[in-house]
Amino acid sequence: METTLINRKDAKLSLAHIYVGFIAVLLGGIAGLLQTFVRSGAITLPAGIGYYQLLTAHGVLLALVFTTYFIIGFLYSGISKTTGTLAEGPRKLGWAGYYVMTTGTVITTIMILTNDASVLYTFYAPLQASPWFYIGLALVVIGSWISGAGMFRQYRNWKKANPGQLSPLFSFMAVMTMLLWLIATLGVAATVVLQLIPWSFGWVDTINVLLSRTLFWYFGHPLVYFWLLPAYICWYVIIPKIIGGKIFSDSLARLSFVLFLLFSIPVGFHHQLLESGVSHTWKFIQVTLTFMVIVPSLMTAFSLFATFELSGRQKGARGLFGWVKKLPWKDARFFAPFMGMLIFIPAGAGGIINASNQLNQVIHNTLWVTGHFHLTVATSVALTFFGIAYWLIPHLTGRTLTKKINLLANIQTIIWVVGMAMMSGAMHTVGLLGAPRRTAYTTYGDYPDALGWIPYEVAMAVGGSFLFIGILVLIYIVVHLSFFAPKGVEAYPIGEVADQAERTPAILENWKLWIGVCVALILFAYTIPIMEIIENAPPGSPGFRLW
Amino acid sequence: MHMHKYEKIWLIFGGITLIVFLSVIGVSAFAMGHHPPSDMTTIDPEKVKETAPFDDPGLKKIGDNEYEAVMVAQAFMFGEPLEVPKGATVHFKVTSADVVHGFSIPGTNVNMMITPGHINTITHTFDEAGEFLIICNEYCGVGHQAMSGRIEVN
Ligand code: HEM
Ligand SMILES: [Cu+2]
Ligand SMILES: [Cu+2]
Repeated sequence: METTLINRKDAKLSLAHIYVGFIAVLLGGIAGLLQTFVRSGAITLPAGIGYYQLLTAHGVLLALVFTTYFIIGFLYSGISKTTGTLAEGPRKLGWAGYYVMTTGTVITTIMILTNDASVLYTFYAPLQASPWFYIGLALVVIGSWISGAGMFRQYRNWKKANPGQLSPLFSFMAVMTMLLWLIATLGVAATVVLQLIPWSFGWVDTINVLLSRTLFWYFGHPLVYFWLLPAYICWYVIIPKIIGGKIFSDSLARLSFVLFLLFSIPVGFHHQLLESGVSHTWKFIQVTLTFMVIVPSLMTAFSLFATFELSGRQKGARGLFGWVKKLPWKDARFFAPFMGMLIFIPAGAGGIINASNQLNQVIHNTLWVTGHFHLTVATSVALTFFGIAYWLIPHLTGRTLTKKINLLANIQTIIWVVGMAMMSGAMHTVGLLGAPRRTAYTTYGDYPDALGWIPYEVAMAVGGSFLFIGILVLIYIVVHLSFFAPKGVEAYPIGEVADQAERTPAILENWKLWIGVCVALILFAYTIPIMEIIENAPPGSPGFRLW
Repeated sequence: MHMHKYEKIWLIFGGITLIVFLSVIGVSAFAMGHHPPSDMTTIDPEKVKETAPFDDPGLKKIGDNEYEAVMVAQAFMFGEPLEVPKGATVHFKVTSADVVHGFSIPGTNVNMMITPGHINTITHTFDEAGEFLIICNEYCGVGHQAMSGRIEVN
């Protein structure tokens, strides 16, 4: 199995997605570097480019485009690997989704470039962008649904062809990821299609701001899990194979994904803790639900370290930590995702702080938050995706990851970790001092505290420069693996379940049950507050174009 | 479903931490009244300047060294600087005349969102003299980085 490549047509579909993803990384990285320079006062932008225009591009390109394209490309490849060559229908849906998403991405990008959409990637009303910006975003979401439908169909085909059998773990996790995405994006689709588009065309005069924000955040938190789950797929399914071990437990892996689905959606109010119009009781209820994700997170951490330890001992490791030495540190396919995992420990701790009612007051909308998600998505998730790309791209292009490129990839990982430690460390610290996020260079009239923030912003720029070099190295590797690396067969590592692991109970694949519970939790957490938001709504807001 | 012994211990430990955590937050919120700012009052966002108390913004003395500060956040200002004596308790009452703004005073725990159509409130006691900065920490347009106000405590 290991020496066979996945179907060439399927490989093409995956590659098309992955390339768009990495182009977005390059462009977004340029924006990121410039942002750090502007913020620290080192440069002013030429040619009438605005800081917030740049920041909109950075957020959209990296948080929305890179992630979504990479994830869909990766999941399709793994589904083809584990359930067999895609049937005609699912593959067509994959391409249809790709073209719809890409049309949307192009429209959105043009609107940002023409400065008709400097509303940041969260597009909070009543700042009003060109309707085409929202239409572009809607197309991206609709395209991703079409791709998701393709994956669901392939999975169902497999189940029909293999009645009563447990589906391959990768395909189960891929379906769970796309299901979470589907349920979550319903919220953002609702505000974009029903509120923002009619309002920005002028078909209606005003918008219910709080409703729009609430629908956005219904989507905004699970968005984070949409990024994380594919990284977890790598950690659960791919890494065990790379380190020469086994998946610790199939059932625990599936159970943790079920719990992520259940507890990542009914929690959006933890992003709205400091705003009026939502009662503190409902905020508290959603904060409680938020903390439930600690359970599957701890399960994940346990499984991973159990896998590491078991494989280490099998290779003859002794003592409490002897297994650490047995890990393949020099293998970029392991090293990059592993550093991602490691960074996830402080990142997760920071997340608990963010979601706590009272601590949120201290850090809300400060650079602390920006520092936080540069650890989670821009390091844990990004390094894992880079680590996947190092074997996935050559697997798809029929080339191999050479020793030299492997070394370069390890250097990339180190550059990234060092740069991020500096940038994110400085962001966290200066955030605690009160420095706001999403803010261009300012001293507030030489106010002493604000002057005291500048050195940290300089540190951000130094870290940002490391990161940008990291991005250049990464792009070099991607181009090399795509077009120049020696021809050959790079393995698609899919782990096997440990022999002593228990049989997986069928209930974990009972989709009706889990969707039912998920919907019930959402209705519980949102019905009353949303009814209140609509019933007690103030007169709506007209649109503003303040840039 | 069978679980490894260590995994059970690990999850029980996690579960207990979770309960402790939530209890701390819950007690602090409901018993000690440390709620996040969650004012439920609404206002017509297009008639802010004609609606009391925002038709007459500024500082009002409402008790012994206790003040109400009525403020309108709008692109890109918070209004006139305020001046209060040391030890003053100030109840900030703020709304927006245009887009979403932030309202934070670095060096204090004052931090809340100002959404148009809604009024938000927060209270702070200024125990130390000095000049405090109010900043907008939610993106609101080209002049966002300049949006600030001052409070003089003496
Ligand atoms: C060269 C690497 C990078 C640099 C130098 C960089 C730098 C920055 C800076 C300076 C900010 C904004 C600070 C502010 O709020 O004013 C920012 C925001 C952000 N970055 Fe990055 N970043 C990099 C990579 C990434 C990556 C890889 C991701 C995600 C995968 C990412 C996601 C984001 C997001 C979502 C925001 C928030 C945008 C917003 O607040 O609207 N960044 N970044
Ligand atoms: Cu969240
Ligand atoms: Cu602002």
